[in-house]
Amino acid sequence: MTKLKIKNRLAQDRLMLWSVCLFAALTAVPLLAILGEVLLRGYDQLSWSFFTEPTPTAYKAMKAIEAGAPIPGGIANGIIGTMIMLGMAVVVAVPSGILCGAYLAENPKNRFAQVVSYLTDLLQGTPSVIIGIITYIWVVVPMKGYSAIAGSVALCIMMLPLIIRSTEETLKILPASLKEAGLALGGNKARVMMKVQLPAAFGGIFTGVLLAISRVIGETAPLMFTALGCSFIRFAVDKPISAVPLLIWEFFNDPNLQELIWGASLFLLLFVLTLNLLSKYLAKKWNQ
Amino acid sequence: MNDKIYKVILFIAALIMPIVCGGVVYALVTDAYEAFEHFGFFKFLTSSEWSYTEGAEQYGALPFITGTLMTTLLALIFCIPFSLPVALFVGEYFKGTRVAAVLSTVTDLLAGIPSIIYGLWGFYTLRPLIMALNISPQGSGVLTASLVLAIMIVPYAASLSAEFIKMVPNDLKEGAYSLGATRAEVVRKVIFPVAGSGIFSSYILAIGRALGETMTVTMLIGNTNNIPDSITSTGNSMASIIANQFGEADGLRLSSLIAIGFILFLITALINMIGKIMIKRARIA
Repeated sequence: MTKLKIKNRLAQDRLMLWSVCLFAALTAVPLLAILGEVLLRGYDQLSWSFFTEPTPTAYKAMKAIEAGAPIPGGIANGIIGTMIMLGMAVVVAVPSGILCGAYLAENPKNRFAQVVSYLTDLLQGTPSVIIGIITYIWVVVPMKGYSAIAGSVALCIMMLPLIIRSTEETLKILPASLKEAGLALGGNKARVMMKVQLPAAFGGIFTGVLLAISRVIGETAPLMFTALGCSFIRFAVDKPISAVPLLIWEFFNDPNLQELIWGASLFLLLFVLTLNLLSKYLAKKWNQ
Repeated sequence: MNDKIYKVILFIAALIMPIVCGGVVYALVTDAYEAFEHFGFFKFLTSSEWSYTEGAEQYGALPFITGTLMTTLLALIFCIPFSLPVALFVGEYFKGTRVAAVLSTVTDLLAGIPSIIYGLWGFYTLRPLIMALNISPQGSGVLTASLVLAIMIVPYAASLSAEFIKMVPNDLKEGAYSLGATRAEVVRKVIFPVAGSGIFSSYILAIGRALGETMTVTMLIGNTNNIPDSITSTGNSMASIIANQFGEADGLRLSSLIAIGFILFLITALINMIGKIMIKRARIA
């Protein structure tokens, strides 16, 4: 009787172990499936011209399909648009995010800092489509038109909380003796922050920025109402502009351009995953 | 630079947050006001009409609130059988080993995939599969959207739960082992009760993620403005109706869409706040 019971318990134990392993391993399946599909279907679209030419018109693409030729053109307009908007967003979000994070780390018990910290969480949890609506109301309506500036404002708002959090957390885990030593040497707080604390926290902050970039680079919804999209290469910041995820959305909706989806997705996916892995690697390296 | 100027600069930088968040609420409220005033707040919430024939415009948020709740709830149900094993794998069974590191990298990468690519995968791989299995004729619908949503939230639920499972004190577990408990019993009778509130809160935060997911749902839910009558039928979520119609809307319809955005903002803010408070409590306990 008891022997049987023990056997049962041991069997249950083994069942638990195996099912944990099985189901945990199953979560890798979607990653492999998505990577595999995008790689296989997008691989033969990648060529030099794919990165240097703008998207073709639907008519041109239709002609090419009728003639049995590969669709001409590429996603250069999207890549340039993404880079422009991302660049503008980073220039604003990184310094202000770091300063705000420094404020939170310097005044942990302050009432106002707690409010700011709570609001950072709130903004981080806000769905990106709502950030799109907000930027539309704030920027697109007053400027009377979609623009790269509007798109970069949306990206900037989404990056801010991520940068603030990573700065705050990295500064908080620095040993207090570091700051004290700096102050004891006669540096004032600003000098110690600039010359001691921020350089020591550089690794963590840099990883945070990389992660923030990888988070927003694939965002589509907020750009739909702000940057709108544009079918040729453009450098003006006050006009509608394209972005790689916006192009994927356009290709998805246009039957003539559907073949271009996979090349563009492959580019975006590789870019995002590389940034992710790089930031993970750097975080590990700097932690040692 | 003296300390005073330094303090002022930091304070100004910190002011960004209240200004941005205040601006978000202000902009949403003022632009949603027209719809709320025209239809009445509760009428807007409970009406299931969505028609834009000129002169007889009728907008209500109920189909989209239902759509959002259905997709989120289903995604949560589908996500648990995968995220819980991952959390146990990383946080208990293979804690600190190389396999666990590989698995958590895999889930991190899953979290990094842009939602539009999830949408593409769902559309071109999962949707034909669902049609082939005869689950629904058109392939897209609440079920398809929730399945992909579930994959998207697994990383969030799993990594946070694993953190709480790791924090279960060793002496509790050792006590149970010394009484002759098997590992499965330790998991069920020690780890789950001790880390339970933390695990629960990580699912609440995962819900917060799923509520606002836009592109994936837009590409997979079928985009019909009705209350979905079963899990295989088509519908629209709050985020997807905004993504679908915002660009072409104006006047009362635009205001109604912004009103839906405002409701979505309130719901996610509430869910996230509950989740954060619970996490704080779980960390202290």
